[in-house]
Amino acid sequence: MPTLLQKFSLLIIAALSVGACNNENQEQLSGDRGRHARPVELILTEDGRPDPSVLAQGQELHRDNGEEPQTLDPHRAEGLASEHILRDLFEGLTAESPEGRIVPGAAIRWNISRDGKTYTFYLRRDALWSNGDPVTAEDFVYGLRRSADPVTASNYAKVLLPIENAAEVLSGDLPPSELGVSALEEFTLQIRMRDPTPYFLALLNHPVTFPVHRASVEQHGPVFSRPGNLVSNGAFILKDWLIRSRIELVRNENYWDAENIIIEKVFYYPFEDQSHALKQFRAGELHWTSSVPNNQFKWLQKHYPDELVISPWLGSYYFGFNLQREPFIENPELRLALTLALDRELLTEKVTQFGEQPSFNLVPPGIMDYVSPLPEWAEWTQDERNAEALRLYAQAGYSEENPLRFEIRYDSGQNNKKMALAASSLWKQVLGVQATLVNEEFKAFLQTREQKVLTQVFRAGWISDYADAYSFLNLFRTGHGGNDYGYSNTLYDSLLDEIAAERIPSRRRRLMFEAERILLAETPFIPVYTYVTKRMVNPRLTGWQSNVMDHHYSKDMFFLKAVSDEPAPVSTGETGMSTDTGLEASGTDQPVGGKNEESVAPGVDEEATITREKDGTSSGGAEA
Amino acid sequence: MIQNSGMAKHSLRRLLGLLPTLFMLITVAFFLMRAAPGGPFDSERVLPPEIEANLEARYHLDEPLLQQYFRYLGQVVTLDFGPSFQYKDWTVNELMAQAMPVSLTVGLAAMLLAFFLGTLIGVASAMRQNTGVDYSLMGLAMLGISIPSFVIAPILILLLAVYAGWLPAGGWDWSVSSMVLPVITLAFPVTAYIARLTRGSMIEVLKSNFIRTARAKGLPESMVIRRHALRPALLPVISYLGPAIAGMISGSVVIERIFSIPGLGSYFVQGALNRDYTLVMGIVVFYGVLIIVLNFLVDLIYAWLNPKIRYDEND
Repeated sequence: MPTLLQKFSLLIIAALSVGACNNENQEQLSGDRGRHARPVELILTEDGRPDPSVLAQGQELHRDNGEEPQTLDPHRAEGLASEHILRDLFEGLTAESPEGRIVPGAAIRWNISRDGKTYTFYLRRDALWSNGDPVTAEDFVYGLRRSADPVTASNYAKVLLPIENAAEVLSGDLPPSELGVSALEEFTLQIRMRDPTPYFLALLNHPVTFPVHRASVEQHGPVFSRPGNLVSNGAFILKDWLIRSRIELVRNENYWDAENIIIEKVFYYPFEDQSHALKQFRAGELHWTSSVPNNQFKWLQKHYPDELVISPWLGSYYFGFNLQREPFIENPELRLALTLALDRELLTEKVTQFGEQPSFNLVPPGIMDYVSPLPEWAEWTQDERNAEALRLYAQAGYSEENPLRFEIRYDSGQNNKKMALAASSLWKQVLGVQATLVNEEFKAFLQTREQKVLTQVFRAGWISDYADAYSFLNLFRTGHGGNDYGYSNTLYDSLLDEIAAERIPSRRRRLMFEAERILLAETPFIPVYTYVTKRMVNPRLTGWQSNVMDHHYSKDMFFLKAVSDEPAPVSTGETGMSTDTGLEASGTDQPVGGKNEESVAPGVDEEATITREKDGTSSGGAEA
Repeated sequence: MIQNSGMAKHSLRRLLGLLPTLFMLITVAFFLMRAAPGGPFDSERVLPPEIEANLEARYHLDEPLLQQYFRYLGQVVTLDFGPSFQYKDWTVNELMAQAMPVSLTVGLAAMLLAFFLGTLIGVASAMRQNTGVDYSLMGLAMLGISIPSFVIAPILILLLAVYAGWLPAGGWDWSVSSMVLPVITLAFPVTAYIARLTRGSMIEVLKSNFIRTARAKGLPESMVIRRHALRPALLPVISYLGPAIAGMISGSVVIERIFSIPGLGSYFVQGALNRDYTLVMGIVVFYGVLIIVLNFLVDLIYAWLNPKIRYDEND
């Protein structure tokens, strides 16, 4: 026993001493500690690619992915963590440009029939799987059928529901072969729809629609998504997967556009703790965080103005009313009173703090082709709103002696508690409402909310999977699984049916506008703010842009050299690690971002323009 | 040797007692887990009914609860803990097999560090009782016990990783450098506790007659401590070690979270929050076995170290 112990103690001593000198590889990731090295200015070659002279030596990207992905089987994927990685590994029929526009992916072009119900996709003939097999229409047919097969038990197969017979296949009433998908020729795929679904092209970059490599799925069965087994058709392939530590991707040399992919390796890390991710970022070990700790906005804004990136996200945060429980049944005036009395400017400035935009409606901005209706009171001052709220409150029969009492129910986590607390105190201040707070664990909260028995006012929100207003509006359909409000309006439901069947964009837009207007007038929910994404990004990481979907493909990114990496004019054989020699005079003091954009943009086509949206400009109220 | 037969019988009885204990543990944990509101597939994105039905069928959640319970018991007997709900590409066995070595390594390293350092500090303090050395060491130990690890860890990360850059700020790649900070953080309070325990019992032992005799015979002080005083002085430490080891190698949630270490502790907590029934059950069974076995081992070691305790056959 003592000898064993002695050995272990030696091991510990060895561990401590080795640890102190075993960190060369972090050194190269970081510029200097605490402050990140500034990038050199981006220079593009004539064909719009970054000039090799401005690219950094190592092109290894270290991304915080928020949490461990649930799976790397594209058809069983759910959750952002899986989807981010799968979009790097696979390529769907369509893809997205850095700014979030739908662009050709595995399909180089497509035709949509006049009635909007038949899509014909013409695939790239040069696309290969990572093992060298060609990517054919059969692979997509196999993938979509597998995705809809009840045996696969895909969580997200609802994305497929607009496809003909998808619902019947999912419920097991029809075999997967009856799904409205067929390969017309080797590289021609046809998808037949149940309804014309104008946002269908946007759904096609969800992993559930991705192709899989049939031979390897059949060979490896449930472990086909492991490193070594997974055959993929995207810009990267799966190299290594240390569960809950990191996932390593390397560039797929068989990818049709491989020569234009600059990033060589991507590491995804699951950080459960935001402040820990931030420390890793500050230590130079991460280039990209999934979020930032709440309440640190001012500090980050002050110390990391170039690294902190905030941009609008396609999501709304609101409170819901349970319309099946008193005091909110049949009482739209009272609901409106509560809605009016919330000072959204104050809430976003003091509670959420990261430049979230106050909202007055359901559908957040950022959806092409759609602008939400604004209620009349959105133009009023808060004092006017409060006065009207008080009037409605009194009209509903409440007063100081007989105050309205109800519960605000929320789930722990994020800012929910603070938001509920702030709302209840605003209601108390303006109207004299006695609201009590009830906190529940997330899953318990979801169940309570769904049962509609205990809830009165509750925390709610929606972040959409695709940029279409229907995704938000459909939540209030009678009997919809997400309709925890108990809202039911036959006119509204029939409008939704019309929207689903409508294929003329202008008419569809008008129907959606009308539906949202009805919703706002009936106030089954209290709009509060629209979400933003907030993250730290290494300033040398370029090529990506903020977009409302928050989809960022690693293949679009690359690292610029740090200013201090510029070779010294008098070469001493060493690369310039010292900061006082060999610096280009222009480099050191210039802010990154805006400046670069202008110097780059002229003469290049829109695709290749490399812009980096600066935090302050994209979000109002940033100085708060 | 005579006592050994009593001990063997005692051991056998203890080991057989493990089975009903485990059975109770599994039963209670299984039904408690199912009694929790919500399920593994609940999220804010509500599933269409046909999709939910497919998922439930895949994981046998569509069967009556009792049938699921017996199915689970059958699985446990064959040591198959089933597929994880949350980490869908992995079985619970695979997840635990990956997490266990991590927790074990961090826990054992921290335990050894704490044991040696703690004993050393304790002995040093006891030998210089009520001097400046004693007070400062014990003051430090008091700090170690009272400052929680979620305070120590960020300070260490800031100093050694962010500012100095000597060590990684977290993460786990089986490199020694990635183990240093978590091991130190985990060992800190235990070291302090062991130091205080050792000091107390050492002072007690140093006052006893046999030490006075040893000194009177002219043995050098270092010999007195090593040969005669240390073994009895360590007894309270040994009895503390059992639960401490179980606690440390089963994974500290706080440490794992702060340093992003893929150990068992955070699986347990995350599993419960995600209603990952199979994962939670697997870890419960593992913890159960671990704690029962470790307590048993400590009893044995204790008896072996301390002649005052023997298990006789009427025990």
